[in-house]
Amino acid sequence: MNTGRKDHAGLADIFNEDEARVDWHDETLWFVRAKRDKAAHTLPEWEALRENASQIKDNVLSNLHDYLLEFEAKAQQNGITVHWAADAEEHNQIVHSILKAQNVTRIVKSKSMLTEECHLNEHLQKNGIEVIDTDLGERIVQLAEEPPSHIVLPCIHKKKEEIGELFHEHLGTPKGESDPQFLTAAARVHLREKFLTRKAAITGVNFAVAETGEFVVCTNEGNADMGAHLSDVHIACMGIEKIIPKRKHLAVFLRLLARSATGQPITTYSSHFNKPRAGQEMHLVLVDNGRTKQLGRADFRNSLKCIRCGACMNTCPVYRRSGGHSYHTAIAGPIGSILAPNLDMKEYADLPFASTLCGSCTNVCPVKINIHEQLYKWRQVIVKEGYADTGKTIAMKAMDFTLSHPSLYKTAGKAGRWVMKNAPFMVNNKLNAWYKQRDMPEPPKQSFSEWYKKNNNE
Amino acid sequence: MNSRAQILSRIKEHQPELTSLPADLTAPLQYADPVAMFSTVLGNIGGTAVPVSSYEEIQDYIKTHFADQKRIISTLPELAEVTEAGWEGQDPHNYEDIDIALIKAHFGVAENAALWVTEELMQQRVVPFICQQLAVVVQRKDIYSNMHEAYGKVADSVYGFGTFIAGPSKTADIEQSLVLGAHGPKNMTVFIMESR
Ligand code: SF4
Repeated sequence: MNTGRKDHAGLADIFNEDEARVDWHDETLWFVRAKRDKAAHTLPEWEALRENASQIKDNVLSNLHDYLLEFEAKAQQNGITVHWAADAEEHNQIVHSILKAQNVTRIVKSKSMLTEECHLNEHLQKNGIEVIDTDLGERIVQLAEEPPSHIVLPCIHKKKEEIGELFHEHLGTPKGESDPQFLTAAARVHLREKFLTRKAAITGVNFAVAETGEFVVCTNEGNADMGAHLSDVHIACMGIEKIIPKRKHLAVFLRLLARSATGQPITTYSSHFNKPRAGQEMHLVLVDNGRTKQLGRADFRNSLKCIRCGACMNTCPVYRRSGGHSYHTAIAGPIGSILAPNLDMKEYADLPFASTLCGSCTNVCPVKINIHEQLYKWRQVIVKEGYADTGKTIAMKAMDFTLSHPSLYKTAGKAGRWVMKNAPFMVNNKLNAWYKQRDMPEPPKQSFSEWYKKNNNE
Repeated sequence: MNSRAQILSRIKEHQPELTSLPADLTAPLQYADPVAMFSTVLGNIGGTAVPVSSYEEIQDYIKTHFADQKRIISTLPELAEVTEAGWEGQDPHNYEDIDIALIKAHFGVAENAALWVTEELMQQRVVPFICQQLAVVVQRKDIYSNMHEAYGKVADSVYGFGTFIAGPSKTADIEQSLVLGAHGPKNMTVFIMESR
């Protein structure tokens, strides 16, 4: 925040210069959120599923040491080579050395937020290895030389006309062509050639099963499978928190993941990798990169339960109106704002403030992470450690005051919503740093305290 | 201390007190007619369910609906008459020009129209992904309501690779417009076989 580069509010200002685009971005994500609601409502046991998933993940965090050992032993028995990386740098070195040993200089990669977090592409490119991202959205942002702006929908900030322009320049599609069907067909041809000619593939991991040593990768496009099954070397990269105890637990998580992410009942492919194909090498890299540190922070360790569905982003009024890039970290939105300060408190001191604390993220999270409470707690830590600027400190104090006086907050919350609805200009003042731009996003349906009361008495 | 030892010791130091695993979910949603539900969901995600009562019917379907397709392969001996012979056991890259792949699934799941397929039913892992169109045969009696039942069936079976496939390959990455046929199959036909 004091590094001279722009913080969330500054970057959000830039995004907000194009008001029509902000409205469009907001509506598109709200549409995805609405699909999630619809999908959740098809299952009467939705809440029980969330609770189940949350408890399984609690158990994982409390027994991670043994589960990792169990997983490693099983995976090795299955013929998978397991590597351990303490940080991003070591992860990148491991991947590079595997490729180097095979003399591979061109690879395909499917979506993996971990490799984004570690800046693997940059590292490999610096070492003369070409990386082609094969998820369509990721390929689009790669051609635009931008990072993904959303963990599930990497180019959600881009208009089809801009994508058409990129494809015209890089893939030779006709100028002015912006039909999604047409552009997807062009990408299909472009990427199938890459799958067929690259000897190594990198994939992410959604779940790794301690009991069996298998790992599961979920995609809609089939790009992880195309890459992996055509490759001589498959490298899967995962954070150590992706472990689940038993195969049967996949039922719980696969029922929740896609419904929470996009409102689909399941992703098109949920592929279970147990053993390498005959003649293939399969590697798995287990990465810490700050996770063991977060595990030690009692207030924040729950963030490691995240299954990266993106629901908290789609529902967040701040994310929807500020865009993923304003978070200046690989994982944007509410959950990213909890994960990033763990890695670098100074650099990401602004992020826990990029929230209205409305609690909508917590309500939709399939593994019941108390997201907004953790954001609030980070604010306290950051202020105490002296990383907050003055404007934020005052806003923070007001917030702190209301939250520690429940009855006052109740009034403030209700009044606040009246103000937001009827006199939005009144909150556009310096004290409320986030709202300085223009109208408030949209008032949450219930205030934090109403929500808190409801959810703690049931 | 190497990274492995370091990570493990930090976890040991930082992990909270052991909590127990929850009991399995009681009474997950059951459909009165799982096959009807499966067919509806499959339609919603861009696939087509075709009820059949014999392999001859499937062959007829292929002859009439896929007449213009050049490379049709199958892992089912029952369909040998209408499919290419001797395609098996090649380098996976050679399957790039497969128009239609016909395979079998162990079972289907009504709540999401996913079909469980393991390696030995694919011949080569890449087959159901690289083909232009995918067709899968599943027995009517093997369609379960939900994923809990599904994993109950998978149980502790051993496979090198297994996957749930639900509909054709798809993307909505460009302005959330759904397009079928991202990298893999552009459509998916599921033959639901009446058991006799
Ligand atoms: S924090 Fe919860 S809602 Fe957000 S991405 Fe993770 S699992 Fe999904």
